Amino acid sequence: MATTVLDPTHAHAAKRSAVVEWLTTVDHKKIGILYGASAFIFFLIGGLEALIIRTQLMKPDNTLVSPEMYNQLFTMHGTTMIFLAVMPLSAMFFNFFVPLLIGARDVAFPRLNAMSFWVFLLGGLFLNASFLMGAAPNGGWFGYAPLSSRQFAGGLNMDFWVIGLQILGIASLAAGVNFFTTILNMRAPGMTLMRMPMFVWMTLITQILVLLSFPVITVALIMLMADRTFGSSFFSWAGGGDPMLWQHLFWVFGHPEVYILILPAFGIISEILPVFSRKPLFGYSAMVFSGAFIAFLGFGVWSHHMFSTGMGPLADSFFSLMTMLIAIPTGVKIFNWIGTIWGGSVQLKTPMWFALGFIAMFIIGGLSGVMHSVAPADLQQTDSYFVVAHFHYVLFGGSIFALTAGGYYWWPKMFGRMLDEKLGMTHFWLMLVGFNLTFFPMHFAGLLGMPRRIYTYPAGLGFELYNMMATAGAFLLGISFLVFIVNVIKTWRGPANAPADPWGGATLEWAIPSPPQEFNFPKLITVHEKDALWQMKREAGVSRLPEPDLVSGKGIHMPGPSWWPLVVAFGILIFFIGFMMKDPWAFPFRPVNILGFAITTFGIFKWAYEAPDAHAPQH
Amino acid sequence: MPTPHNTEAAATMTTAVIDHHDAPEHEEHHSSMPIDNRKLAIWTFIGSECLFFASLISTFLVYRGQSLKGPGPKDIFSVPLVTFGTAVLLFSSFFVVMALNGAQEGNRKKLITWLSLTVLAGCFFIGMQVYEFSHFYHEGMGYTTNLFSASFYTLTGFHGTHVAIGTLWLATVLKDAIKGNVPKEKALNLELAALYWHFVDVVWIIIFPVVYLMSLGS
Repeated sequence: MATTVLDPTHAHAAKRSAVVEWLTTVDHKKIGILYGASAFIFFLIGGLEALIIRTQLMKPDNTLVSPEMYNQLFTMHGTTMIFLAVMPLSAMFFNFFVPLLIGARDVAFPRLNAMSFWVFLLGGLFLNASFLMGAAPNGGWFGYAPLSSRQFAGGLNMDFWVIGLQILGIASLAAGVNFFTTILNMRAPGMTLMRMPMFVWMTLITQILVLLSFPVITVALIMLMADRTFGSSFFSWAGGGDPMLWQHLFWVFGHPEVYILILPAFGIISEILPVFSRKPLFGYSAMVFSGAFIAFLGFGVWSHHMFSTGMGPLADSFFSLMTMLIAIPTGVKIFNWIGTIWGGSVQLKTPMWFALGFIAMFIIGGLSGVMHSVAPADLQQTDSYFVVAHFHYVLFGGSIFALTAGGYYWWPKMFGRMLDEKLGMTHFWLMLVGFNLTFFPMHFAGLLGMPRRIYTYPAGLGFELYNMMATAGAFLLGISFLVFIVNVIKTWRGPANAPADPWGGATLEWAIPSPPQEFNFPKLITVHEKDALWQMKREAGVSRLPEPDLVSGKGIHMPGPSWWPLVVAFGILIFFIGFMMKDPWAFPFRPVNILGFAITTFGIFKWAYEAPDAHAPQH
Repeated sequence: MPTPHNTEAAATMTTAVIDHHDAPEHEEHHSSMPIDNRKLAIWTFIGSECLFFASLISTFLVYRGQSLKGPGPKDIFSVPLVTFGTAVLLFSSFFVVMALNGAQEGNRKKLITWLSLTVLAGCFFIGMQVYEFSHFYHEGMGYTTNLFSASFYTLTGFHGTHVAIGTLWLATVLKDAIKGNVPKEKALNLELAALYWHFVDVVWIIIFPVVYLMSLGS
């Protein structure tokens, strides 16, 4: 393990260039920023795909894109938004803020953390490289077999999808192990589980979901990859296989995945509402247990995605019931959020507006979700635009609103600059109006019978007005994020003006300077209550922690930079690219696989034996 | 190297060289649970791996008897050979416990002896599987022959891969031990590999009856 001793009186003799520093960093805060920047770019790419889709559907019988292109666009839009935008944007907050919120210097495994990021980034670039090859995935984000099998998807399109997801799964699993360990083991003295900030709780539960659900999709993808590459028949009727197995395995992963996307959002909202209401979170323990209960139930409802496959009345009833049950803990959460605001002295800053927007939008999405849990109703609504409206209210109205709220809330801590409030408000109102204009009409289009994934539609079915509205709204949504970018550029040019604690925060990250120093906390903080910083402020009567030695961090050991996480990530990428080659079964002689495997193994060994002082400061 | 007036940093750096691990704080290392980071991580990973093998075993069971053509398990399995391999693998769990015991006592000879036996047992099991697979292949059961062959090779192949990784891991610890780099305090290095090894064994205890014995009984 490379170790750096931080000591400002003896600057590093060999100053590393900025590029090398970012490539080799193992600092959880820098990795968080890398996650955020990459995920935001992927989010813009996914948004651009959505805008092309909406332009195509703007009017009947439109011919802007070909049907083949349309398939690629909606597949990549879904895949990008879920795996390359929302999950890694959550990961940005996990990385940057979980150690700060629990009063730790770092995550449990800094180099594993760096590896997670590089594997994610390479996997994301690999998926998008498919566009350059003219072979973007085209079988829908849940890649239903046999549509995704060799028989019906012969090109490289679905290979990109299968292999890309496999690579991204490795990143998620490594991060899952890392954050599970970090949260359980690295908490500051006195921070018991029931004193952890709610965002940390939701992160912990999210990681448990990742750890238990990703192995299932890994197995499903391995079998699909075997079908596609080697010609086995796991999901092909011709060889006795059963496409239903794909659906079961996919949704055993896919439904918990929905909670992997939304639970971090719940956590962010639960941090923001108390701070801007000047009141502790209402019903803390109910929030913890309802989160855990949601995660638990999340594993028992996967087949509600499959009501229309003819599983029979018993299975349909069971999964209906389990799905309806999830409304109870979710309702508990919403009541607790409202209880937090109730009677508080509410300060309507930008993060708070986004948080309030989240609550309103998520309620609408939640209600249409309960409508789907009724199997007979679902049979009418499934695969119509009603479903599209529902899951966008949950994923955009839920996850994206909350992530944006978190972005505005934590931006000063991350970059030492306050974002402009006026531009923030413009962003919020454009996004709220644009979002509802886009997705609310889809409920009606869906109930009128407009199927999802349809490339175009004839005039006269009553879809025109709703689609026109949705397209206009989509462009408003696009503009709202341009406002955000303008805000970032404008404030970036300004001075670093953020104080340590701009919002009057309740949690430990606000006790240290903005942006935090590499070692986070000069001295480990002992925690006595939840909302630790509020309690300290109450007792000390000051707005900042009494800090003896904020700048020097003398004698604190931080892990040194390392190249090996990047090398291992490249090895993994090359290993998987080998499976794009559809030779006959010739495993021992697949050179690309072997090369990738060799690089990965070599990297892991160099990593394991990396000298402790390889990059220690020289004098 | 640190200059004399920076003795504090020098002292902490020396500590770091002697006792370095993946936790970032050394001088005031704090853990909120009485378990090492790496150990907790291995347990977490094993928890995740359970779902991986559960999915593979479920697939094998779902496709039992669904193959449209032969050969099936009854035509091909040689239970005595696999029973012997299973026994060797089970004994290796005992060997690695003895090796860990030696490491914790600081008994290098005991450590090296038992760890070598563990690695040998791992190699034997992999050898047995390579023999079994190539035998099946020559009997006409390729990976894509039928559903049974594909799900059988995938399940046992991934288990075999895990055995290979575990063997490689144990072999690197053995290499360190022979060089003398596994003092008492570093017994955890072996304990982590041993935990993984036990898990791989436990999975085989499920695979052996489910795949070999049940297929013959039905």
